[in-house]
Amino acid sequence: MKVRLLPSPQSLLLHLAVIAALLAANWLLPEYHRGVVSRVLVLAVFAMGYNLTFGYGGLLSLGHAMFFAAGLYGAGLTIYHLDWSIWPAFGAGIGAGLLLGLVVGALALRTSGVAFMIVTLMFSQVFYLTTLYFTTYTRGEEGLILQQEVRSLEFAGATFDLSDPSTRYLAGLALFSLVLLFTLFIIRSGYGRALIAIRENDERMRMLGFNVFANRLVALAISGMICAAAGAAYAVLFGYVGSTLASTQYSILPLLWVLLGGAATTLGPLLGTLVMFYVIDIASSHTTAHLLVVGLVLIFLVLFFRRGILGTIRARWLPWLP
Amino acid sequence: MAAMTATILHTRGLSRSFGGVRAVDNVDFDLEEGEIRAIIGPNGAGKTSFVSLICGRIASDAGEVWLEGQDISQMPAHQRVRLGIGYTFQITSIFPNLTLLENVALAVQSQARTNSFLNLSSRRLNDSAHEALLRVGLGERSGELAGNLAYGHQRLLEVAMGIALKPRVLILDEPTQGLSESETQGFITLIRQIAATTTILLIEHNMDVVMALAEKITVMDQGRVLAEGTPAAIRANADVQRAYLGEQP
Repeated sequence: MKVRLLPSPQSLLLHLAVIAALLAANWLLPEYHRGVVSRVLVLAVFAMGYNLTFGYGGLLSLGHAMFFAAGLYGAGLTIYHLDWSIWPAFGAGIGAGLLLGLVVGALALRTSGVAFMIVTLMFSQVFYLTTLYFTTYTRGEEGLILQQEVRSLEFAGATFDLSDPSTRYLAGLALFSLVLLFTLFIIRSGYGRALIAIRENDERMRMLGFNVFANRLVALAISGMICAAAGAAYAVLFGYVGSTLASTQYSILPLLWVLLGGAATTLGPLLGTLVMFYVIDIASSHTTAHLLVVGLVLIFLVLFFRRGILGTIRARWLPWLP
Repeated sequence: MAAMTATILHTRGLSRSFGGVRAVDNVDFDLEEGEIRAIIGPNGAGKTSFVSLICGRIASDAGEVWLEGQDISQMPAHQRVRLGIGYTFQITSIFPNLTLLENVALAVQSQARTNSFLNLSSRRLNDSAHEALLRVGLGERSGELAGNLAYGHQRLLEVAMGIALKPRVLILDEPTQGLSESETQGFITLIRQIAATTTILLIEHNMDVVMALAEKITVMDQGRVLAEGTPAAIRANADVQRAYLGEQP
């Protein structure tokens, strides 16, 4: 029972198998479902970013919409107004998320618990209202629509049309895979172990010589970057850049997805996002009161699967799940 | 021989009040390198507050703390730990969901100054952690969850985490509290071994432990240093007897 700083072979295999299955799904899924899953993949990246601070870091933020939106606008505005191409625009989105993560973290991490929730919520609200204030450039809730001709990606000497359903799915999967493996490696690393231990007992970690503030700040910066990457990808893959995606609802959603799939599990965010999408999809085809069904599912979850789907599976059957 | 000792840690005018109560009141304190020092005193004398000021867990109102010629008064706790002030908690504070080895590995990771995930070899991490567990006699149980250990063994794990930090000064806050008689004897032997390489500052209520271990005793009462000296001198001190020992049955 050694301490490993790398993922175990079986967990690595599991993650690669999940990626392979998702890859195969591109050709197996009917058109409608492929569309749903490509959206799920991008939003699962958002959830994975959220999971890093919430699940592994124990920091309950209610403002992650701002990081998603930072990426969305960082990429969207530069493409729309400055005619940047996809790669630099994507970089601008990630950079915006990183910067915002560092600034918000430096201020919000002076608080903890409920105060941290409120401070992050307020920062996010400021971001949302800012996007509305500059309606001239953002067109507010109506949003900017990125046309098909600007959504082409130069990669390895070829040009890909990101509005094509298959290309879009594969691009979403590429980003998802990258972030999934990154998460898997980082939580097993020395840094990740320290982050998790700080969640369990921060005072103990301080007295072991760890800089708790710096450790959390790094987590928030990485989380901001990942969420921004999801936002930037959303802009270029789905072509919509609007304030709705910066609203409080988009701070609550990743929390729900992560709770449903299992906080502090690597695959939980994907599973939670996927299940939630299909619950809404199926419920709304039968009733207009689909949010009622979602509410009931959540109540059921909290009562019987408090650790989420994968968290429960890990606790009962598969303790090696990362 | 006696003249060759060097001061490793000292405080000057160290003070801290909590809502009008002077928990630590203008304390000047000198700790010699390599010694085992016990701090004793009645409940509420300010012993834990005093060592908390030394290791930075709480901020001081006034005064200075020096470690090996360096003023560390303004440093945050984690930095003091890295400079060599190890602290073990009065109330056992371990990670119950982690194995013993993982618990100690966190201390090793901190000591190796690799908060990062790049330059720490997994072998070195495991070897150092295992070595610390062997020293406290928990080497064969390294794979068990810390939460499943009996209380006495959790205290030993605390100490293992303390020595894995390779501190210059190790502060032990009531380490034998709640231990059985035989466990306490084992603890005394262990602390003697650790003292061969580390200066020890010990808060302790059990006078048998204090007399068995301490080379010098500092008596605190109402936030101040009441007396300081060898165990024999402290035993004979009339003030101490009044304030503290006299209350013992």
